[in-house]
Amino acid sequence: MLTTVQDLGRVGAQKYGVPESGAMDGLALRAANRLVGNADDAACLEMTLLGPELRFGAPVVLALTGADLGALVNGRPVARWQAVCVAAHTVLTCAGVRDGMRAYLAVHGGIDVTPVLGSRSTFTRSALGGFEGRALRAGDRIPVGAAPDPPRGPGRRLLRHAVPVYGHAHSLRVVMGPQDDAFTDEGIRTFLAETYTLSTQSDRIGCRLSGPRIAHRTGADIVSDGTTLGSVQVTGDGLPIVLMADRGTTGGYTKIATVTSVDVSRLAQASPGDRIRFVRIGLDEAQALLRGAHAWLDEIRQPGAEEADPAAIYDEDSGAALAAEGSLDLASALGARRAPSSRPART
Amino acid sequence: MLTPPRVLPAGDRALVVEYGATIDAQVNARVRGLAATLDATAPPGIIETVPTYRSLMVHYDPLRLAVSDLERILLAADAGLADEAVPARRTVEMPVVYGGEFGPDLADVAAHHGLSEDDVVAIHAATDYLIFMMGFMPGFPYLGGLSPRIATPRLSTPRAVVPAGSVGIAGHQTGIYPTDSPGGWRLIGRTPVRLFDTARTPPVLFEAGDYLRFIPVSARESAEIARRVASRAFAPVIRVESVHPS
Repeated sequence: MLTTVQDLGRVGAQKYGVPESGAMDGLALRAANRLVGNADDAACLEMTLLGPELRFGAPVVLALTGADLGALVNGRPVARWQAVCVAAHTVLTCAGVRDGMRAYLAVHGGIDVTPVLGSRSTFTRSALGGFEGRALRAGDRIPVGAAPDPPRGPGRRLLRHAVPVYGHAHSLRVVMGPQDDAFTDEGIRTFLAETYTLSTQSDRIGCRLSGPRIAHRTGADIVSDGTTLGSVQVTGDGLPIVLMADRGTTGGYTKIATVTSVDVSRLAQASPGDRIRFVRIGLDEAQALLRGAHAWLDEIRQPGAEEADPAAIYDEDSGAALAAEGSLDLASALGARRAPSSRPART
Repeated sequence: MLTPPRVLPAGDRALVVEYGATIDAQVNARVRGLAATLDATAPPGIIETVPTYRSLMVHYDPLRLAVSDLERILLAADAGLADEAVPARRTVEMPVVYGGEFGPDLADVAAHHGLSEDDVVAIHAATDYLIFMMGFMPGFPYLGGLSPRIATPRLSTPRAVVPAGSVGIAGHQTGIYPTDSPGGWRLIGRTPVRLFDTARTPPVLFEAGDYLRFIPVSARESAEIARRVASRAFAPVIRVESVHPS
């Protein structure tokens, strides 16, 4: 289990060798923030696979997006992709992953760690940003920002048809280049026709794939140049690595293609052993997909007024905190308070 | 060799402007010139640029800036480069204690070339090294200009921890480790200067395009500098010379 503080990433310091970092699934993070009424780039918790146990020190409005980790609030299932009010001392646990790899927890007001180089994202390798530059562990108290505006209302949610289901087979659309000319025609065919498997040696730096080897024309080494989120680097062994949020800013291996922004979010939800295929599309089409993803985010709607919880549970309290728990003793301390059940919103 | 720029797609949110495929000071200057022009004009929709040896990575927001417009901006900026004034040359002086506990591989480097330790130090400290780019880890400079007389292969077994500030040689490269990290470079010295500090703006003391000059100091002088670094009272000597095109 790896839980870190992430936002949309660190902008402007790549020229100093500082990786971008930020959410692996940026779309899920944006959605979580919109659900609770935060700015898109507010910091959230990125919770990987098992998820932590969290106790809320004050009432909060929260939203869970991304992977389905089987989250429970005081032992009862909690709605995903929806704003939910929880009372102080509520305990959030995760029963076990059902779909996807990384879940995002947004709280109204955002996770309020000190920004480093303009971002709250954690880059653990250099102990930079986030909560003390590291993954969260039991006993940590994580500050939540003061929430000057009331949340836009519990019950705010993504329309049900728009909630992603990840599964274990992923077609990733790619734009070819910048170094596709370093590969033989046969190598390009292999890349686009074969099925790859996500390796267990994948992390926030890169998703390593195993499968048929991709043939270079002359070699895998180039004079180092820049990388981007989703760069598909093919090293000397002919196997692709998709570079992710914590990748080095520069690299010395050929990059055959770049995974589209929307499908980087999809890959962030793939687990080791999942099947991966690459599908070539044009740049215009890739950018149309990105516009479509933003339209998808706009499907987060306020429910009708009669549905909105009067925020009775929510209580303005700056200096709220959540605490990562190493034990289960608080789990049954309080009765569950559920958010309003969802029904289709008017559009 | 300088070739006309190639603009290549790097996914749906970045373009690469590539000037060549080799390590070359003229190519690198062109890359940095383009980066400086874009920094100065700050066209809306460009998020950040990352200069490397031979190309500029341009990250942009396609929801705000159409790729065709960006290509036009990049090619126009490139076309204007010939008329740009040559920027002043900045040389940042890095005090280094060579040898002993600070440079445990200095003797091996000297032996490898049949030189004395003092010879290696004199050669290493006699050059202004061009910072071609930064990468690999936060604050790490890729330097050009190491004399072949002291180029030495990496260690066959990397060290688990190389202390921050260590100055090393790896093949035809020389560099400084900004933070503690594992590494296989031959360590010949160490600087007390903190290369990367997020409390500073910018967090680095030098950028791509600057030059580095290593200044040999004694362990006692280094300790004094370290004290000033710790109390944030240290600033490196930076020589600025205007360069006139020949």
